[in-house]
Amino acid sequence: MAKVTPAERAEAAPAEAAPSLLRRALALSTLGPLIALLIAVAFFTARSDRFLTGGNLSLVVQQVMVVGTLAIGQTLVILTAGIDLSNGAVMALGNVVIAKLAVDSGMNPLLAIAVGLLVCAAFGAFNGSLVTGLRLPPFIVTLGTLNIAFALTHIYSNDQTISNLPSALTFFGNTFTVGGTDITYGTVLMLVLYVVAWYVLRQTAAGRHVYAVGNNPEAARLTGIQTRRLLLGVYTTAGLIYGIAALLLIARTSVGDPQAGATDNLDSITAVVLGGTSLFGGRGSVIGTLLGALIVGIVRNGLQLLGVRSIYQVLITGILVILAVAVDQLARRRQAK
Amino acid sequence: MTQAAATATPATRERPTPILEARGLVKRYGQVTALDGCDFELLPNEIHAVIGDNGAGKSTLIKALSGALIPDEGQILLDGQPVRFHGPLDARRHGIETVYQDLAVAPALNIADNLFLGREVRRRGPLGSLLRMLDHGRMVAESRRHMQDLKIGIRSMNQAVETLSGGQRQGVAVARSAAFARHVVIMDEPTAALGVKETHMVLDLIRKVRDRGLPVILISHNMPNVFEVADRVHIQRLGRRVAVISPHDFSMSDAVAIMTGAMAGEEVASD
Repeated sequence: MAKVTPAERAEAAPAEAAPSLLRRALALSTLGPLIALLIAVAFFTARSDRFLTGGNLSLVVQQVMVVGTLAIGQTLVILTAGIDLSNGAVMALGNVVIAKLAVDSGMNPLLAIAVGLLVCAAFGAFNGSLVTGLRLPPFIVTLGTLNIAFALTHIYSNDQTISNLPSALTFFGNTFTVGGTDITYGTVLMLVLYVVAWYVLRQTAAGRHVYAVGNNPEAARLTGIQTRRLLLGVYTTAGLIYGIAALLLIARTSVGDPQAGATDNLDSITAVVLGGTSLFGGRGSVIGTLLGALIVGIVRNGLQLLGVRSIYQVLITGILVILAVAVDQLARRRQAK
Repeated sequence: MTQAAATATPATRERPTPILEARGLVKRYGQVTALDGCDFELLPNEIHAVIGDNGAGKSTLIKALSGALIPDEGQILLDGQPVRFHGPLDARRHGIETVYQDLAVAPALNIADNLFLGREVRRRGPLGSLLRMLDHGRMVAESRRHMQDLKIGIRSMNQAVETLSGGQRQGVAVARSAAFARHVVIMDEPTAALGVKETHMVLDLIRKVRDRGLPVILISHNMPNVFEVADRVHIQRLGRRVAVISPHDFSMSDAVAIMTGAMAGEEVASD
């Protein structure tokens, strides 16, 4: 060892770097979802002329916009080894609150949006305080708040769909044109949220703490991380993101709909799981979730173009989820050996 | 640490100021008295082992020293100054780091992330202060330096801790403590979860930490380990310190006899 000269060491370094770069790429949790996405794109491109067009792809992104946004919050919660069953219902509540305040109460649309976001964030904080304060399992807490939010939505809206919304509420449904393709502001907002979430998780201390708390809460606590405060922050942030999803839902449907979001909780979990994030917490990435949401969107859209009945899209989504988790587990077991 | 380097071996009669000292600690849990006027003394530049039977108050003593509990009575002095720890974080702020037996690392995070967990370094300038961006490069470089200081041969700091052996993982925990401790490193059963070969690796690490000028408190059930590395051995019995012996002057069976009360501790206190 002592005889290695600096020059020799410099020579050895690049040779070492190449395989480690490859190994790092292979270890990347987003690699699997990315390959799956590319296979799906290649398959549908070969089978349908209408698939790989700007208009169609823009449509796919619009279709995944709401669930994709919910899935950002879901990813944060799942990374802490939690789960959030309430997100669709919380979004529906936010959706109805915004619409009803703006239409029935004649509130300034921007103020109505602010109140809606606040209601959703408060619901997230409620989830978080039950999880950290009473130390209840997140599954049970959010199963409870799912029903509470669902009931509140129907009580508040009187089961009525709210229409004739002011145009300010549907701003994110407006489009701009790039190279002949119409793109909604909502999809841009969703992508911006993904970038922000990626940045916070990868590049800030708070993000590293989210992973640590999900991976080994006791170790995180012993290193001085305020685990309860962090969890409360994660659930509250997730709630705020559900509020933004509510706004995007309004933009997409142009109504306040108390029936909305009924299966969106499971769809958001599907996106997270397809994206390679572990349900046991501490592993995964929000970029994977975006890929997961796009996989679902592309498979549904592609099958539609091929004229496959919609129920088969659900069937295939189910198979994909099991396949994704199975591949992930096998890869992990091999890595552990 | 210059002070530690200047002191003679712990066996000499003229004692330097203890780095960490406890006087007359009492801790009661209802009817049970876990600590009953317990003394403790850690000198500079030593590995100070704490042994005792189950229920002797060993872990209560360590919890008091690491700030995990507040004693009912008695005094703790750090560098001769009375201190009160209001929690483990408070003890850490005073430069006391603890390594736990159950490998308190986050397995999915890499080595650099684990070393700096809870103490992350941000970038300089607006990227760090405004955008709170972490300085990954610096943390990786410093991690490498800390690991090399202890001669833990791991190539990549970007490796997930779960890809390491148990001994290497404990190496990460020891390196973290050694990197951030200013006064004392407490090791609570650091080898309990490890095999024979890995245990020896960690014992070596403990010696290296001491040789770098940080005194170590070692809590262990494993007598051969204790007698292999300790400079002095604190024997705890019925909530008190009954003896402090040098492993050179006493055998393991003597230590066990004192621990169980078969031999009177006061007669053998080594000084």
